[in-house]
Amino acid sequence: MKVSLTVNGKDITADVEDRTLLVHFLRDTADLTATNIGCDTTSCGACTVLLDGESVKSCTVLAAQADGRSVTTLEGLASDAGEMHPVQQAFHEQHGLQCGYCTPGMVMAIVSLLKENPSPTEAEVRQGLEGNICRCTGYHNIVKAALAAAEASK
Amino acid sequence: MIPPSFTYARATSVDEAIALAAEHGEDAKYLAGGQSLLPLMKLRFASPTVVIDLGRVAELSYIRDEGTYVAIGALTRHHEVANSELLLADIPLLAHTAEAVGDPQIRHRGTIGGSVAHADAAADLPASLLALDATFVVRGPNGERSVPAAEFFQGIFETVIAPGELLTEIQVPKPANPAAWSFQKFNKRAIDFAIVGVAVQGTSVALINMGSTPLRATAVESALASGASIADAAAKAAEGTNAGSDINASKAYREHLARVLVRRGLEEASSRS
Repeated sequence: MKVSLTVNGKDITADVEDRTLLVHFLRDTADLTATNIGCDTTSCGACTVLLDGESVKSCTVLAAQADGRSVTTLEGLASDAGEMHPVQQAFHEQHGLQCGYCTPGMVMAIVSLLKENPSPTEAEVRQGLEGNICRCTGYHNIVKAALAAAEASK
Repeated sequence: MIPPSFTYARATSVDEAIALAAEHGEDAKYLAGGQSLLPLMKLRFASPTVVIDLGRVAELSYIRDEGTYVAIGALTRHHEVANSELLLADIPLLAHTAEAVGDPQIRHRGTIGGSVAHADAAADLPASLLALDATFVVRGPNGERSVPAAEFFQGIFETVIAPGELLTEIQVPKPANPAAWSFQKFNKRAIDFAIVGVAVQGTSVALINMGSTPLRATAVESALASGASIADAAAKAAEGTNAGSDINASKAYREHLARVLVRRGLEEASSRS
């Protein structure tokens, strides 16, 4: 079937199998590989992207469901001039990553979280990241980065 | 993992969805938010040949105040239920139960009707809707019918919805004392399904994962009605249940959890009211 998605502001139309998952569309068709496939079972959050501005797990959305909608991946966060998004900047400054595998999903989940709750408490950040697993267990600096990004965006 | 091959069909209205289901028969499956169906398809536990996407049936996404009850469209997402000011004020148990489902990403996609129709005995929302005496509206080629929650759930992943029918609305009566609620969910990791869970509204108590369907804790409810203390009533929480044993918990442990969580739930509900 033919699907047309706006990915990071760019229109992409492609003929895909009906069963194509959004994460495969992003990685294989749109050639945007920041979005990782971790558990592939809606658990780990590594594949988190924004669908019409809200965080979703792209391993559990069909490309067909996203047809006509707008998707933002990690690649779409920085400005055209290369300036990092406040959440990316905060990850950099707070050392919010170790191996980096969960990082794209963590960043996208935090962008969505801060949109819904611009001034979260630490507890709200931890609760808001319940769908994202860091197998390095590097949560402490990830939470610090989320709080720093909220502060920097004020 | 990629789901097995299927043909994707998109409905934009309830009538169109029902017509597509009639056309494709029992090999077709409705797709709401997809947060249960797509994982099951990836694991080959479900292999529909036609998937009817309801995601654009905008007429089924609403939360409406109907005076004595709140009407919720089946395609209303958990995120919307959890953040509804109407529900937070008049039926807080339901809003807080929706907030306990999965994680934020899942709540941005998953729908209340999808959770009810999927009928997982370990799911959160069916038990709270059972405790709240909700009514489910189902539409099919021959018209519409209303089914009380107590009669809706038939077995594991099984409801009274007949092939070709579509759950369209959930009607939830406003409780007399909205504040007297509690939702207890015991699990090991934040996003896991409940090993055992309890929904309390006033003196109505429903149990999660203590049988093949959500159950009313009738022994607890009748003990409370005849004046028993919370502790004495909660001791009866496992009566009439049929919990299974699995990797997470034995039957005996689940029964223990039911007694503990019912006591905590009743105490919390009564402290709030």
